[in-house]
Amino acid sequence: MALAPLLLAGIALLALGLGKYAVAPGDVVRVIIGRLTGHNPGVPEAITTVIWNIRLPRVLAGLFVGAALAAAGAAYQAMFRNPLVSPDILGVSAGAALGALLGIFLHWPVPAVQGLAFGGGLLAVSLVTLIAGRVRRHDPVLVLVLSGVAMAALLGAATSLLKILADPYTQLPTMTYWLLGGLSSVTRVDVHSAVPAIAIGLVPLVLLRWRINVLSLPDEEALALGMDVRRVRWVVVAAATLMTAAAVSISGTIGWVGLVVPHVARLLVGPDFRRLLPMSLMLGAGFIVGADTLARTAAPLEIPLGILTAVIGAPFLLWLLARSRRAW
Amino acid sequence: MITRRTFLASLAVVTVLASRARTMRAAAARDGRARPALRSRRVFAAGPPAAVLVYVLAPDALVGWPSRLDDESLALLGRPAADLPVVGRLAGRGSTVSLETLVQLKLDLVLDVGDVDPTYTSMAERVRAQTGLHYELLAGRLGESAALLRQAGVLLGVPDRGATLAQSSERLLADIIRGRAGRAVRRVYFARGADGLETGLHGSINTEVVEFVGAQNVASFAGTGGLTRISLEQVLAWNPDVIVTQAGTFAKTVLSDPLWRSVAAVRARRVLVAPVAPFGWLDDPPGVNRIIGARWLAAQLDGDRAGVDMRSDARAFYDQFYGIRLTETQLDHLLGSAS
Repeated sequence: MALAPLLLAGIALLALGLGKYAVAPGDVVRVIIGRLTGHNPGVPEAITTVIWNIRLPRVLAGLFVGAALAAAGAAYQAMFRNPLVSPDILGVSAGAALGALLGIFLHWPVPAVQGLAFGGGLLAVSLVTLIAGRVRRHDPVLVLVLSGVAMAALLGAATSLLKILADPYTQLPTMTYWLLGGLSSVTRVDVHSAVPAIAIGLVPLVLLRWRINVLSLPDEEALALGMDVRRVRWVVVAAATLMTAAAVSISGTIGWVGLVVPHVARLLVGPDFRRLLPMSLMLGAGFIVGADTLARTAAPLEIPLGILTAVIGAPFLLWLLARSRRAW
Repeated sequence: MITRRTFLASLAVVTVLASRARTMRAAAARDGRARPALRSRRVFAAGPPAAVLVYVLAPDALVGWPSRLDDESLALLGRPAADLPVVGRLAGRGSTVSLETLVQLKLDLVLDVGDVDPTYTSMAERVRAQTGLHYELLAGRLGESAALLRQAGVLLGVPDRGATLAQSSERLLADIIRGRAGRAVRRVYFARGADGLETGLHGSINTEVVEFVGAQNVASFAGTGGLTRISLEQVLAWNPDVIVTQAGTFAKTVLSDPLWRSVAAVRARRVLVAPVAPFGWLDDPPGVNRIIGARWLAAQLDGDRAGVDMRSDARAFYDQFYGIRLTETQLDHLLGSAS
């Protein structure tokens, strides 16, 4: 546990130093110190641009996107009492995808596309919770999950419709790349717009960390402990949705992180959400930054991030499962 | 009462009959294919490049557009082309037209243009077999434009028009090929997408104009293939001399974007924006519409030395290929966006 922050910092530094544009490690340090202290770093402008405007935002975005997806996944897995749940179970990714594709279809500029993605994600989950809130005769958690799955299917249909109507030479490739996900075009503005939402979403999860433990008990037992289960559940859904929507709006859909990182964290520190949350945050952040560094350096071309997260994440989880003897 | 034995026997009979029917249908389809094409009056273009091809050769034969054209293009095309319905495209599972509609349209010919590979050939074969329609798939690389126009002219029953346009395109393209020798090799980045970070690798049909005019597509360092997405850091590492684009949103922002300022081409303001109406000059679709675009790009890269009068070339091309007589204002608008 104590090792994790150090490891994370190491990965982030390594990520800053590696890339297609060759920059000496000394120059990396000089640019960052120069920019932070306001001195002229004394390196060519292109190097400053690469480090300060391209790599740093990308690494920061990777840290926050990974942390957000992993934290949301951990919270959902506890809340739904189901290890197969990922942050997009309530349709946030499907809503964001539809929003983004609509923006691309309408020829809107990039910030507007991201705005639509963010709004689409929030709107989708709002609808799901609204519908689930009106159904009272069944198990509320089951209703929530089923509504989410149904909504995702509906939104997925609309997304497919947009793809088939899009211009096959210009819009369709853009849509496909958005759906593949990745951090290749992240700018400082994106980090500025997404990080506050992710931070706001994280606050309730940190404050409610003990109650989320209780949430993983059956509803009757939680009620017996004096907890307003419904309210805590809505707060967790709202917080996780805000984080995921913000992350997805700048990175596109990156699967697997929100599902697998909480499991790895659980294998390392156990199921107590008070320890699970920080571990998931750090693991998610490190995993995405590491995978993204590989994505942009391993091949002549960028490998889409979603492909790498699955290729690295899946075998790692299986290996950990086989080795670990810790109880779930 | 159906016993197991009668069930199996009838199954065998049905199978035999079905395979019979298939052979007969296939024979019929082959006959359809061998049918000599006289004047094809109703032609379905399987995709946008084919639509442009049919439109330049025999506009009255085109039954509709594969996808919606934007308002600027429709205004430029004028009637009756602008009034043609959107009938959808034919591309295997990505089709937006049903085979039943195809049959209902009472077509004389389905024409497809693009890369001729086993996937597309077998797709054409399936449509042929299912609908009995005369389906032709033609190779459509830029360098093959003259042959393409000739072939399609014959298929559409307008061989003379095909030959005339083929000669024009040969003249324009041969001029560019001749110019390659004297042209300093420029390192060009073809920016696509709203943020300019999509591009085509070496050999991609979507960016082949760059290689055709003898420039070096910087993305070819990364390999051969189709479209891809890259990062700005990669563009900086390639540091192209020239950026060409057709993406309006990107063209508007690139020169003022502080992130792109470190790219040599942007600092030198060597960002070439190609016209897009009624069809793109460099891509979208990758059809014979790119002939004038190749001419334009070569002239832009050569600068003043080229001695090309782009205005008269564009006017002649639009008149001859599209039947559009450009007014001075339209020409200004078209080439004005091309800076």
